[in-house]
Amino acid sequence: MKDERLIEAIEKHSQIEGSLLNLLQEVQQKFNYLPKEALQEISDEMNIPLSRLYSIATFFKNFSLTPRGKHSIHVCMGTACQIWGGQKLVERVGELLNIKPGETTEDLSFTLDTINCPGTCGLAPVVMMDKEIHGKVTRDKVAALIKKYQG
Amino acid sequence: MPKLTLKDLQKKREEVKKSVILREGGDYKAKVTVHMGTCGIAAGARKIMDSLLAEVEKFDARDVLVTTSGCAGLCSREPMATVELVGKAPVKYVDLDAEKMKKIFEEHVQGGNIVTEYALAYGSEKTSY
Amino acid sequence: MASYRLNIMICAGTGCVSNRAFQIREAFDKEIRKNSLEKEVLTVMTGCNGFCAAGPIVIVQPEGIFYQKLTVKDIPFLVEEHFLKGRPVKKFMYTPPKETEPIPKMNDISFFQKQVLIALRNKGIIDPEAIDDYIARDGYAALSKILSKMKPQDVIAEIKKSGLRGRGGGGFPTGLKWELARKAEGEQKYVICNADEGDPGAFMDRSIVEADPHTILEGMTIGAYAIGASKGFVYVRSEYPLAVERMHNAIAQSKEYGLLGDNILESGFNFDVDVIQGAGVFVCGEETSMIASIEGKIGEPKPRPPYPVEKGLWGSPTNINNVETWANVPAIILRGSDWFSKIGTKTSKGTKVFSVAGKIKDAGLVEVPMGLTLGEIIYDVAGGIHSDKKFKAVLIGGPSGGCLPADCLGLPVDYESLTKAGAMMGSGGLVVADEDNCMVEMARYFLNFTKDESCGKCTPCREGNAAMLDILTRITQGEGTMEDLDLLEDLAHAIKDTALCGLGNTAPNPVLTTLRYFRDEYIAHIKDKKCPAHECRQLNTYTIDEERCVSEGHGCDVCRRNCAYDAIMGEKGKAHRINQDKCAKCGVCYEVCKFAAVKVD
Repeated sequence: MKDERLIEAIEKHSQIEGSLLNLLQEVQQKFNYLPKEALQEISDEMNIPLSRLYSIATFFKNFSLTPRGKHSIHVCMGTACQIWGGQKLVERVGELLNIKPGETTEDLSFTLDTINCPGTCGLAPVVMMDKEIHGKVTRDKVAALIKKYQG
Repeated sequence: MPKLTLKDLQKKREEVKKSVILREGGDYKAKVTVHMGTCGIAAGARKIMDSLLAEVEKFDARDVLVTTSGCAGLCSREPMATVELVGKAPVKYVDLDAEKMKKIFEEHVQGGNIVTEYALAYGSEKTSY
Repeated sequence: MASYRLNIMICAGTGCVSNRAFQIREAFDKEIRKNSLEKEVLTVMTGCNGFCAAGPIVIVQPEGIFYQKLTVKDIPFLVEEHFLKGRPVKKFMYTPPKETEPIPKMNDISFFQKQVLIALRNKGIIDPEAIDDYIARDGYAALSKILSKMKPQDVIAEIKKSGLRGRGGGGFPTGLKWELARKAEGEQKYVICNADEGDPGAFMDRSIVEADPHTILEGMTIGAYAIGASKGFVYVRSEYPLAVERMHNAIAQSKEYGLLGDNILESGFNFDVDVIQGAGVFVCGEETSMIASIEGKIGEPKPRPPYPVEKGLWGSPTNINNVETWANVPAIILRGSDWFSKIGTKTSKGTKVFSVAGKIKDAGLVEVPMGLTLGEIIYDVAGGIHSDKKFKAVLIGGPSGGCLPADCLGLPVDYESLTKAGAMMGSGGLVVADEDNCMVEMARYFLNFTKDESCGKCTPCREGNAAMLDILTRITQGEGTMEDLDLLEDLAHAIKDTALCGLGNTAPNPVLTTLRYFRDEYIAHIKDKKCPAHECRQLNTYTIDEERCVSEGHGCDVCRRNCAYDAIMGEKGKAHRINQDKCAKCGVCYEVCKFAAVKVD
């Protein structure tokens, strides 16, 4: 895979020891998942067995081997959010988009995931739409948020 | 930028300290209020403020709180300022200009002696805190 | 450098940012220009103030006026009234529950009064993105002191004498750890800052990194000097993007000033730091897993010994401390171990930062002296229980900790007292549960978390926690037996004794503490098939008070329209009824009814 973005990322991170995790994060961010060809390229360029990259890609939750939706919805399942009914919000989003946590809508517009706490417990329950954190979310508010991102 | 030495770091700290000290809150020996109502500003309260801030900086007076208030109700005598030393009654100064403010700062705020020639009266309106 | 009459400190912690703090700043700057105040008034974005429940927060210094819950449209009025005319605006101030008069000054608000700030000493005062602000607050003075006057051994002795213990949970004496790392043989040594705050429901470390990244870098540099390390890593979880960004920024600034890199302050000492972003795995907060993941392997723990201080990153001696521990180091070096060790209790010195969340009025971040009681933190600092409901439990230490009942509110927070009660200090997350929260469900929640996060390497954790989760799930669905309780206890002790790492060892704590303090709730689920808190929805029966439905809600029909199972009969204007055969017990009708006509039993 000869992609500018990939070559650049490999160059940047191969200089720093201990930076493999950072490299994979950057690739995930650029492509919205870890394409097989990208892993192959990293394996060739950095002389790391593909099997090891695969084990890392499947061990860490941030990585996905399949394309993710255009928008990500992370419903917080941290303790404070649990106390304030976060579980019900997961169910609500699932019901609205007809997907389960970890799944992506057919039109690739949304991926639903749970997250273990972005650390804004004072605002529980919390939902992250892409990188934006929304606090004190209710059934109605989450529906409105999804609508906003659909539009 | 060249790398700092121990001395540079110390110098740098002295330089930047002032900018942060006012954010720490704390105890004050004096509070100076510049009256910034519409008429006060029209009469030149901004110049008073500038002169006051320049004095605070010149003397590195970290224990002087500079604040503003609205119209003091005596529009004909603007610009005005009130100086309040902790534990003493506030003193109102009227018909100010930058030079007068400077003198008030140096004699009253720093020295503790009221500049009677510019003073109107003791006492002040109540503030909300 | 110009000085300003007023400094407008705008909280830019993650909580306030999600409450539009950046837009608030733009509005301030616009209004300040409009009123020609730009030479007198300065806006500064600061780290987390801590009082997250009141966000977005703005503090006007030097007066110390505290404004809360501001919106963009409030700003023109506020700037004109306060900054121009000098009249602080009461309606934007904080009014304590049960009182009518607002409190103008931050330091008079009870949330701030019992706090003693060491790790958070710069919060709200400096701009975390400006190294000069940190320097102005005696930043890097401790580093100057050790590089010019202290030998590495002296630094270690000072930290040992201070009594500082690890703030990440275990409470291991920091000075001793450093000494072990110093004595360990190896040409290359490393220091790591653990900012992989995994406890879901805790945000101390996030706030410290966001509010004061340089104090961590200074602490790490001092630690590196003491043990003889030349390279450090800050391992931050990727869920904290703002913290990652600020740390990168701080490192770049320090390098520019020569406070990181080669020949720091002309002392001949070299030290460099890189940031590693975690990738969403809880166990990586465990030190051997963290090391594996920096090495570019999957984050699985290893048996200890050998401890990382002997054989850590790439086989070299490695000293790992948590964010808060590092943040204490510069203050101790600068002010001395005697000063530090006067704060706190006999065995737990200094302060501890807690994040307080859940069913609490003033959720946020607090730093208090060790030895304050749980009750003082919950009631005196954080304002008591939300909506004046009844306190049920405080969950301390996250999935590794325990659920402590009202009887334990008198417990002082120190390492030993909390461990004795079956919980642990953990990193300092306090989550408060009220009468609407079920303790069996709470235990199930934590077990579900640890089961998901178990790396699967050792059997007790992988299989044992899954087995406990099965039992707990059955109990919450009304299918438990009394024998299950004994089985849970047996399993819990077996896992505690045999699991490989800290995650497994401590995973049973929430089960054991709920069994110890809330056994009656388990029994209610098993014998009466009832959930006293009505949280286990499978055990609930939902009905509609038909009279109330008509008299209060005029048959508003909202419940019927929201029912996904067509289980509600009725039409607009008339009484509604639930068909129990169709009801899936999802509880949505109960949630959406604004007239309290839906009853749950």
